[in-house]
Amino acid sequence: MDMFINFLVAAIGAGTPLLFGTVGEILNEKVGHLNLGVEGMMAIGACAGFMGGYLSDNFLVALLCAFLAGMLAALIYAVLTVTFMANQNVAGLTMTIFGVGISNFIGVYMIGQSEGGTLKLPEQVTAQMRSVHIPVLSDLPVVGELLFSYNPFVYIGVIVAALAGFYLYRTKTGLNVQAIGENPGAADAASIRVTKWKYINILLGGGICGIGGAYCGMIINGGVWISNSVNGLGWIAVALVIFAAWKPHMAILGSFVFGALRVLKYYKVGFMTGLPDAFFDMLPFLITALVLIVTSMRGSKGVHIPAFLGNNYFREER
Amino acid sequence: MTTAKTRKEPLFHVVKHAERSTKQMIGFRLLAVALSIVAGGLFILAIGYNPIAVYGTILEGAFRSKMAIQATVKLTIPLCICALGVTLAFKMKFWNIGGEGQLIMGAVFASYFALYHSDWNHWVLVVVMLLAGMVGGGLWGLLPAVFKMKWGTNETLLTLMLNYIALHLVSYLQAGPWRDPGANGFSKIARFDKNAGLDKVLGVHFGWIIMLVLVAGVWIYLKRSKQGYEISVVGESQDTARYAGINVKKVVLRTMFLSGAIAGIAGVCQAAGSDMTLSMGVAGGIGFTAIIVAWLCQLNPGMILVVSFLFSILEKGSSVVQSTYGLSSDCADVLQGIILFFILGSEFFVRYAFVGRGRKGGAK
Repeated sequence: MDMFINFLVAAIGAGTPLLFGTVGEILNEKVGHLNLGVEGMMAIGACAGFMGGYLSDNFLVALLCAFLAGMLAALIYAVLTVTFMANQNVAGLTMTIFGVGISNFIGVYMIGQSEGGTLKLPEQVTAQMRSVHIPVLSDLPVVGELLFSYNPFVYIGVIVAALAGFYLYRTKTGLNVQAIGENPGAADAASIRVTKWKYINILLGGGICGIGGAYCGMIINGGVWISNSVNGLGWIAVALVIFAAWKPHMAILGSFVFGALRVLKYYKVGFMTGLPDAFFDMLPFLITALVLIVTSMRGSKGVHIPAFLGNNYFREER
Repeated sequence: MTTAKTRKEPLFHVVKHAERSTKQMIGFRLLAVALSIVAGGLFILAIGYNPIAVYGTILEGAFRSKMAIQATVKLTIPLCICALGVTLAFKMKFWNIGGEGQLIMGAVFASYFALYHSDWNHWVLVVVMLLAGMVGGGLWGLLPAVFKMKWGTNETLLTLMLNYIALHLVSYLQAGPWRDPGANGFSKIARFDKNAGLDKVLGVHFGWIIMLVLVAGVWIYLKRSKQGYEISVVGESQDTARYAGINVKKVVLRTMFLSGAIAGIAGVCQAAGSDMTLSMGVAGGIGFTAIIVAWLCQLNPGMILVVSFLFSILEKGSSVVQSTYGLSSDCADVLQGIILFFILGSEFFVRYAFVGRGRKGGAK
């Protein structure tokens, strides 16, 4: 039982960076932009968050830096793909190469500037990002551990996902925004400001990815800077969008399921002990591939892939 | 609807520009590259180094000795071959993001023969490895095409997933069945027998000859063969293709097999030419860079050769920057990114133009 609770707690921790990345990518894909730059934007967020915390001694400043850096990266992507109508796949992949590169580059540069050759977050910051302790609630048996024992990122992630879901599915603006991803020509004709909302969604999505990156940079390696902290999580997030059927609230569940898959290899029981670790690393991608195939086999029923995904919108060609 | 009526005419809007002359198009791109070099220089300046010295080191690092040049060429081979592979798919507007996975599967299939049949006659072995690599990469490319044709499964996302499935397959092989027992507890695959390596010609494994043959081959295939023409028609419009009596399904499946097979050859070259083993780093992002190279060259095989070589100069030179200045070799990726952002942006000005408020716009 204890092991099971530990497993769930670990799963939620491992799923949190994925949750940010997934929600960020959903906001992108809902306006028709398949942004393959999530990995890069997260890497930039990781670097900005870590360095922000390192230099300012303040966790909130770190979060803000990560958010703004993610937005800045997304701005490059948005200018290229929305205004300049550049190929989305190429722009996204370039963002990933650039983002991972500059994140590692600045990391190595900062290590060179530091004393002792390591970068470690100051104590003030690590104290602030330690697990939140809520009096009474956190002390409850089982429930306390399962629901009230996490670092602030976890709660921020769930709140951000819930807000994004509310925005997309429960507000008029959100429904308009979704129309852009389905048919921008029709949305434009209905006087929805396509370009404006594309920018807003892509930038917000980038900022959210940036915070997910900050989790990787600041938490995963225990407050020490190590290159490549995002290490492919951005790509899993792109996969998760499909698994979550483009719904932010499904992303909460999905990211914790994928988080569970990521830590499952440390908690093997029964028949699982015979399976190799690599199989567990492969599972998120294998499952996503199957989801992708199965949903396409079922036809349009229950599929929520935005119809215009991956295509740029040029008003004179609608 | 009232808001629409009161909204002012925007400050500027975008119109399609008439076809520009080749000279102008080359000019735009050269300007973009020049601007990106300036932007990269500003970045280097901002962190306190002399950009001219760093750029000089990159160039010098790629060409300073015979060995350096050979290393640069060695980097070019898989990148160029893989870019040629995805070119076939892109020509058909099939978004094959799976070059990485197809390259890995090519390397995996070839590695089986390198590891377990290294006693074969050298040339038989090498030819079998190349063929196995083509089959491995080809099947990995065929798979998403089958699903796309049968159920319309999104190929961009499926090929992306297949990259990681292939990657973790290697991780399984190196930790399990193909693990080298003599590696002191490290989980890795043994070095290939010398017999399974690609021979050196002029100091570099003969993958460079395959590369040159493929550059010419892909060019002829696309421009001069019936199958190449079919690919273009399917890429332009599947309906037109169908109307013209082309079997779209057959063309898509065949092309994706070829696309993957070529990427598979890149995998064989990397594993049996450069690395002499199979590791999780066998692709190392080449498949993604190849997509960018192919797009950048507008699917022109000759240009792909040139640009792959330029990217390799950047890559090799940056490793020298690392040892000379203590800067991370990631600066290659940073500079690549900056150059690409500028070129992506410049494409817009090749095809479109801004027209100010009040002016009459339209194609000139």
